[in-house]
Amino acid sequence: MGKYLSKKITIYILTFFIAVTLDWAIPRFMPGNPISILVSRFSALPNARKVLTSYFTQSFGLDKPILVQYLNFWKAFFHGDLGVSVYLYPKPVVDIIKESLPYDIALLLPSIILSWIFGNWIGALAAKNRILDKTLVPILYVFTAMPYFWFAIIIAWILGVVIPIFPISGAYSYSMTPELSWTFFFDFLHHWFLPFLTLFVVMLGGWAIGMRNMIIYEIEANYSRYLESLGASDKMILRYAFRNAVLPQVTGLALQLGTIVAGALTTEMVFSYPGIGYLLLQGILHQDYFLIQGCFLFIVLSVLAANFLVDLVYVLIDPRVRYSYTEGA
Amino acid sequence: MWRRLAIFAFVLLVAVGFATKFPRNETLYIGGGIWAPPSNWNPFVPWNAVDGTVGMIYETLFFYDPLTGKLQPWLAESGKWTDSKTFVVKLREGTNWQDGKPLTSEDVKFTFEIANKYKAFYYSGVWDWLDNIETPDDRTIVFHFSQPRYHNWLITMYTVPIVPKHIWDGKTQNEIFSTANENPVGSGMYKAEEWDQDKMVFLRNENWWGIKYFGKPAPKRVVHIKIFSNNVALGMILKGELDWSGFFLPGIPRLVKAYGGLVAWYNHPPYMLPDNVAYLFMNTKKAPMDNALFRRAVAFAINTNEIVDKVYEKQVEKARPSGYLPIPAWDKFYNKKLDEEYGFHYNPIKAGKLLDEAGIVDKDGDGWRDLPNGKPFKLEIIVPYGWTDWMESIKIIAKNLNAIGINAEPKFPDFGKYWEDITKGKFDMAINNFGSQVSMTPWTLYNYVVHYPITDAMYDGNFGRYDNEELFNLLEEINKTPLSEEDKLKDLFSKAQKILLTEMPAVPLWYNGLWFQANSSHWTNWPTEKNPYAYPCLWAGRWQVGGLKVLLNLKPAK
Repeated sequence: MGKYLSKKITIYILTFFIAVTLDWAIPRFMPGNPISILVSRFSALPNARKVLTSYFTQSFGLDKPILVQYLNFWKAFFHGDLGVSVYLYPKPVVDIIKESLPYDIALLLPSIILSWIFGNWIGALAAKNRILDKTLVPILYVFTAMPYFWFAIIIAWILGVVIPIFPISGAYSYSMTPELSWTFFFDFLHHWFLPFLTLFVVMLGGWAIGMRNMIIYEIEANYSRYLESLGASDKMILRYAFRNAVLPQVTGLALQLGTIVAGALTTEMVFSYPGIGYLLLQGILHQDYFLIQGCFLFIVLSVLAANFLVDLVYVLIDPRVRYSYTEGA
Repeated sequence: MWRRLAIFAFVLLVAVGFATKFPRNETLYIGGGIWAPPSNWNPFVPWNAVDGTVGMIYETLFFYDPLTGKLQPWLAESGKWTDSKTFVVKLREGTNWQDGKPLTSEDVKFTFEIANKYKAFYYSGVWDWLDNIETPDDRTIVFHFSQPRYHNWLITMYTVPIVPKHIWDGKTQNEIFSTANENPVGSGMYKAEEWDQDKMVFLRNENWWGIKYFGKPAPKRVVHIKIFSNNVALGMILKGELDWSGFFLPGIPRLVKAYGGLVAWYNHPPYMLPDNVAYLFMNTKKAPMDNALFRRAVAFAINTNEIVDKVYEKQVEKARPSGYLPIPAWDKFYNKKLDEEYGFHYNPIKAGKLLDEAGIVDKDGDGWRDLPNGKPFKLEIIVPYGWTDWMESIKIIAKNLNAIGINAEPKFPDFGKYWEDITKGKFDMAINNFGSQVSMTPWTLYNYVVHYPITDAMYDGNFGRYDNEELFNLLEEINKTPLSEEDKLKDLFSKAQKILLTEMPAVPLWYNGLWFQANSSHWTNWPTEKNPYAYPCLWAGRWQVGGLKVLLNLKPAK
């Protein structure tokens, strides 16, 4: 167990270091300069742009040699400082992420988990029921093939315009501000529902199809046939098949959970939903090195954390992994 | 049980209504000036401050009305040149800050002197020719100049917001620039109340000093919504969820006729007032654009009417050949005869002749014209990706140029690359308008189109690096000539105008509109052609060019 963990942790640290370095470097290869982009639209007084560009380039440290900038980044990073956003100057990147993250989590966590649970359940059902397999699976294929933004537009049009029962933009009414009250809570839920539904339906299709195919494969596997020839009940065979089939699904779940920071970008765009997705896009358009870096850092961290979690879970749910590290090997 | 609960929850979701915190009849919803989540209310960083910080919260000494071309007193009661090097401003009686402290001449003095103490302020440049400031009493400010730049100073008077000394004094430059100033204390008619990712809420200042001079603005709250796209804005303005929009919205000509409640400045073409000039800049450091004949040929080759009709649905007007906006402040110095004599109009045959005259003809027989030395050339026209109206426009321009044998192609780089390329002079042709907006003097237009001196990075205009000592000297002289010497200025401006027309450093194409649409179901008395009381501008840093007066004149719909 200790050996398993130490090997995994070393790999994760190395991955983290390389990923973050890339994440630091890539925005800086883009042509253009974030400071001059920001002051470009400001034209109050003659010559103002020139003065501003030079001052802020210095104050963001962008005039320093590239290696010094890189070292400064790590120095600040270990102090928990991700820098100040250029696009939302003078707001620290950490604060921006802190404000947007709850919206992403509120949207993605329920839709990922619920669609995973329901998807696996429907998939397993479909695998052993021929009628269900014929009727449901084609629909699920349609679901999973739909791009998020496309389905979001359709659903916004149907439930927001044709039958206008749900609002189609924002996380809550423009006439409200966040507060702890039932009115706000229901208003929030009211706005939350359509983006949630979009993500839930599209993801559901994928999980269900995956599960169905895995179960069919496992039922056909040699160990299932052997069990069958020994006279085991269908229920018992299915139980074994399910335990094996769920393993790739768990990996998939981890990867999905990892994208929680920016996974809903297109859906958020359609519904004008505040979240990291929109900010990251703006950050890229404005070449805000610090904001891009910060957002990707969170993505890297959450993907790694989710994977690590799965590695641990694997030890629990897959005895083969456990044995390979404890015995022999 | 579970099913029933789920149905109940769903019904609740649908039924939950539109409980509102801000009563609709007291709240004005606007959009078009906020593009990012509010993060900054710092009047010293206006390029990043939330729209409304300057104007609604912090006020300027004067107000400029583009409709009449007059500078009107705001915080100031009067301002005049007592001699050629002294400008005296008198403040109105009773001006105060939102925290109750009086706003005095000391605050004005501080606002300007801080930009001398620290040199990175956007208006620090005035100290190159401003000498010192005196305050004989708490209502009077005397500016002493070493060598006044009258035109530049005029712009300063209605763009620099006055800040309270008692709050900002004693801070370092870094402290001043890096604060978000989340609780701004200004002197304006609105205060910052609250904000979140989607909007900024302004609350009326019930103790505003200006009530006794201007009256009280009717909306108790102004909610400025961040809107992602034109389509969303269009839907919201039609539904009446938005009262005032500053977006370019396609389809307005049709909708103004179809919806009684929808208001635009004109209910006939061009629907919008002109706000700024869209220019086609050409890199004069590159052949063949270094040749004035070629540049003039380009001007003759472009069919601007097609752009006006097809891209803008007649919501804009074709620009004059010299680029002067048709506003009173500029018309004073506009020489129509020169435009008629040296100007251009769409005429591809004339364009072809000019090119022949310049020796730019097809030498290798590939169908494209070549440089006089026989080398082929290919030009790229750039605008930022996603600026759909400009993207469509340069497609037409490229087509027009192809028609006279110039090999030109439209390109759409990301904004960052576009801006990098034009400021560093790494482009062929580009459309831009970041400095050609309405102002008190056409000097600002020249200062943008043929900005000088020419440096490696040009951020403030003259992206094509057009170099003409004679013109630059003229502009310097104009800047040093008081606006009262109208005849002398007319003469100087005419000379400059003639150079623009004959040399054509950049081609003025059309007047981008002051995008303005309003819905009168909740608020009425919007300014229009028939009720022209204000220039309806809600864009950042320009409330004191019109928007404030709109707020003062709106009436709740009954």
